[in-house]
Amino acid sequence: MALIIRDLAVQLAQMLLVLLVAPALTGLTRKIKARLLRRRGPPVFQPYRDLLRLLRKEAVLAENASWLFRAAPYLIFAASWVAASLVPTFATGLMFSWSADLIAVIALLASARFFLALAGMDVGTSFGGIGSSREVMIASLAEPAMITIVFTLALIAGSTQLSTIAGFMDSPEVGLRVSLGLALIAFIIVAIAENARIPVDNPATHLELTMVHEAMVLEYSARYLALIELAAMLKLLLYVSLIACLFLPWSLAPPDGTSAAYLAGALAYLAKLAGGGILLAVFETAIAKMRVFRVPQFLGAALMLGLLGMLLRFVSGSF
Amino acid sequence: MPVIIVLYCVATFFVASVLGITTAHMRAGTPLVYGICLASSAVALVSALMQLLTGGAAPELVLPLGLPWLGSHFRIDTLAAFFLVVVNLGGGAASLFALGYGQHETAPQRVLPFYPAFLAGMNLVVLADDAFTFLLCWEFMSLSSWALVMAHHREAENRRAGYIYLLMASFGTLALVLAFGLLAGPDGGYGFAMIRAAAHPVPTMVAALVLALALLGAGSKAGLVPLHVWLPLAHPAAPSHVSALMSGVMTKVAVYGFIRIVFDLLGAPSWWSSMVVLALAGITTVMGVLYALMQHDLKVLLAYHTVENIGIVFIGLGLALAFQTNGMEFAAALAMTAALFHVFNHSLFKSLLFFGAGAVLNSTGERDMEKLGGLIHRMPLVSFAFLVGCVAISALPPLNGFVSEWLTFQAILLSPALPQWGLKILIPVVGALLALSAALAGACFVKAFGVTFLGRPRSKHAEKATETDPFSLAAMFLLAALCLLAGILPGFVIDALAPVTQGLVAGHMPAQAAVPWLAIVPVSESRSSYDGMLVFAFIALSALLSVYAIHRLASHRLRRVPAWDCGFPDSSPFTQYTASSFAQPIRRVFGSVVFHARERVEMPPPGDSRPAVLQVELRDPVWDFLYAPIALAVGFAAERLNHLQFLTIRSYLSLVFVLLILLLLVAAIWL
Amino acid sequence: MGHLAFDVAHLLAGSLVLTSFMLLYQDRLTALINVYAGHALVLTLSVAWQAYIQDAPHLYVTAGIALGFKAIIIPIALRRIVQQLGIHREVETVVGIGLTMLAGLALVALSMVVMLRVTGNATPIAREDLAFALAVVLLGLLMMVTRRNAVSQIIGFMSLENGLVLAATGARGMPLVVEISVAFSILIAFIVLGIFLFRIRERFDTVDVGAMDQFRGDRR
Repeated sequence: MALIIRDLAVQLAQMLLVLLVAPALTGLTRKIKARLLRRRGPPVFQPYRDLLRLLRKEAVLAENASWLFRAAPYLIFAASWVAASLVPTFATGLMFSWSADLIAVIALLASARFFLALAGMDVGTSFGGIGSSREVMIASLAEPAMITIVFTLALIAGSTQLSTIAGFMDSPEVGLRVSLGLALIAFIIVAIAENARIPVDNPATHLELTMVHEAMVLEYSARYLALIELAAMLKLLLYVSLIACLFLPWSLAPPDGTSAAYLAGALAYLAKLAGGGILLAVFETAIAKMRVFRVPQFLGAALMLGLLGMLLRFVSGSF
Repeated sequence: MPVIIVLYCVATFFVASVLGITTAHMRAGTPLVYGICLASSAVALVSALMQLLTGGAAPELVLPLGLPWLGSHFRIDTLAAFFLVVVNLGGGAASLFALGYGQHETAPQRVLPFYPAFLAGMNLVVLADDAFTFLLCWEFMSLSSWALVMAHHREAENRRAGYIYLLMASFGTLALVLAFGLLAGPDGGYGFAMIRAAAHPVPTMVAALVLALALLGAGSKAGLVPLHVWLPLAHPAAPSHVSALMSGVMTKVAVYGFIRIVFDLLGAPSWWSSMVVLALAGITTVMGVLYALMQHDLKVLLAYHTVENIGIVFIGLGLALAFQTNGMEFAAALAMTAALFHVFNHSLFKSLLFFGAGAVLNSTGERDMEKLGGLIHRMPLVSFAFLVGCVAISALPPLNGFVSEWLTFQAILLSPALPQWGLKILIPVVGALLALSAALAGACFVKAFGVTFLGRPRSKHAEKATETDPFSLAAMFLLAALCLLAGILPGFVIDALAPVTQGLVAGHMPAQAAVPWLAIVPVSESRSSYDGMLVFAFIALSALLSVYAIHRLASHRLRRVPAWDCGFPDSSPFTQYTASSFAQPIRRVFGSVVFHARERVEMPPPGDSRPAVLQVELRDPVWDFLYAPIALAVGFAAERLNHLQFLTIRSYLSLVFVLLILLLLVAAIWL
Repeated sequence: MGHLAFDVAHLLAGSLVLTSFMLLYQDRLTALINVYAGHALVLTLSVAWQAYIQDAPHLYVTAGIALGFKAIIIPIALRRIVQQLGIHREVETVVGIGLTMLAGLALVALSMVVMLRVTGNATPIAREDLAFALAVVLLGLLMMVTRRNAVSQIIGFMSLENGLVLAATGARGMPLVVEISVAFSILIAFIVLGIFLFRIRERFDTVDVGAMDQFRGDRR
């Protein structure tokens, strides 16, 4: 019984951890980007203040916004939060980690995106339409690329359970495989596309021709906008956590580990997050945004790489 | 005995059909006929479900109808029981929907007699246990559905749809006749038991031919590319409850025919047959959803989407064939379970979506999405049920579409163990195509729901829409609830399917009822597991928690204003995205390759007040490369052979004379 | 060590295939030349690693030649040619980039299947090295076939030659003399091609192969 309570506590700790750390990751990325551009930039904890400020504001809704428009932010946030809580951050084998494997985590993110696209269409403006149509175009290539990456990883590790894959990658059985390298590169491309980062989408733009995610949430304000922004931060955290858990799984505490192991895992996780945020900021500053119809070729390359990794695994076990 | 019960239900359908002829002109005729159909379907559903779950012995029933030395054999084994459940669930839901929808029918005398006959035909096909009865009932099913397609025959496009449907159905039946002929052999043992008892293994040439003919016959009825062309014409032309039956149920009867011939009667196939099925299925999946994305008619979009889902079912069946030939029974059972689960799921959510389209058609008189919009305000209940259908069909957790897709992916992950090189290269490609089609399906239904129900009304009809009647709503919510249940409790469905797969591929998935927390574990705990109930609970809890937190922490104030629209508000509803503008990015990326999609803009010179015109040109590759040349060849041959009609008497006599000499020569040489 | 040797050789050969894909993906000439320099660099690393594990010091010279000529001198020269000819344009392709990459994927699958079936009893390192090398050769050919610009066709040809070098170093015991002569002949061919490009550009104001087709005398 005490064991169950302890497991439950650890699972809840993970859920709270991802929720609390997500804005800090976004804040860190923004700060590093600003510094690279020789600006001082907002403080790292500014996103927390932004979210609280949005919560206190009066919500302004379009006259013809429906119940779906008002319910969508909650659904998007719930799906993103559940997906982010299921990815091992500082420990594997958490209490409910077996209830959804990597394919289910990706599908949960697809649910969030489905409702976001619908919310974009709800008010009936052309901005919402442009955001939704471009978002589903990007998703129509990013999601299959993600699935082929999942297949490649599953064929290497023999499982689609995140804890099992992380455990396998941590063991000495895994070598420097080509398919792993291809999967990593494809994963990074998909992560950039899914999180609406340069070069796919500009998260700081105000020009409609460069908008995808921003156009869909144009009509949202106050608490709804706060939920959607928090969901987007959770999504970024989820992708960086996935890269950390699948490709850099060192210092992950085993199931039923000691508190010291959990603490070490948490510190290692925060370090990996910080590293990921810095690399993302450097990458975004170093490259320009692509035009919209170059993005399918970019994502198509990720799909090819994932498919190539899968083919190599099918053809020979040593690839 | 369940067989007798279901046969009595079929007889009731025939009675209802006769009643339909006599009472069509009366107001009470519609509720009477549909009510009888609903009751009959419910009874048949319950008895089939009992047979499936209890799995009793499956005795054969021979009726002295049909061929004198053969009779008509009827039997419900586990496969037939499952498909009877699917057929009668769909039939019952459609009858419930039609109790309300049928009130608006303009020509009830053209619909009421044939609808029960259609249901009877579908039930009889699944019950049939010999080739003659099977084919007879198959044709009966096709003809009654053709009559329903031609119900509104005044429109030219419906007539064309009926004509093409009749052509393809006849072609399919011909292929099936040949297939059964090959299986029965020269002795004419048409009973299925006789075919199973006949010499095994079947010689490879014969097996290959039977598979090809089964693909042509059953595949054309199910909607495999390139035999799908009748589907998007015929399904929308029929009344909406019939469209739901044709898309959601009749295609499943075709899948039943394929499974019966290939898995049950043919025995062990060779491995390259699975390659053919997988390749066709992969192409079908992607082409179906790409076609659907280009449409702006709601029912045509749904019909093309059926093609995609049939592709997913056949991917599962192809994988099961591949595993079975290589002796991997467990993996074959997993693939077969995935395919059958998707059969069940698709009949649920496709019927639901067609019912929604029917409700919209009833309220607004429009099927074209470009003239709808904003219906979520006018028809809130219909839009909620339609939303559940859209989420389910896009394979999003925690609903049922995700579970069958997840099981198919798990089956693909078991396939590196297959030794054949062709399969090793083909299966990853098919997996990528399946993932691609899942993502495109999500895009398609964002478009379908977003353009039809969200936004602002684009026409007067959409502005004046009203909610539909309670029977239609009841049918839609029943199906939506079943979608949710099948997604949350997939273990029960998998356990119910275990005896079916045991009979087909001699293997079954591990019992899911024993797994804790109602999760499903297809292979082993460490490999993969999914818990639909927990995922649903987590999402619900997180959503409620966030609602509570926002309620406590955030401001409650709310103000309604005109839309922000970046500071450029435009009151005209034509500035919002249309269906074709929503699909434009995908059309550019995929359509330019597959459909040769080209956009042309004609700008008038400055000073001219004509509007600019944007034309989108799409070419259907299947028509261009397959059917148009065939039609040309047929026309050419007919042109040439026409001369035979106008010969002189002397020419006819010399023709007969020459043929007689030839036959005598053959007799002399070879006998 | 054997396991690590295999893994690193594997990784470098796979990176060469990946860089060939990146060559197919580019749509601007200067980016193409930079990626080609990267291609030659990966080849250098792969040959150097093979020299390390095969204990064959003459391969270090091969690696040095690859680095010096192909990774440094030739890209610099190509960049100067592009600047002087004034071709700063996009790379024109015959079919779209997406379709080209799909064809490239099919070619990689084909080379995997062919090589792994044909070389049944060689060592695993050599088998997979040969499979990757054949893939690089086929991708180089694909690039030559699907590009209209003469400079990009030259780069395709040189990436093809890199694949051949990968294959040759994967199998043990390739003499150095052959390598030097091959490198020199490439250099000479390149100089000739460069001179030709100058003359063609002077004469016809373009190096587009399709446009030059019209000027052939024996057309009709």
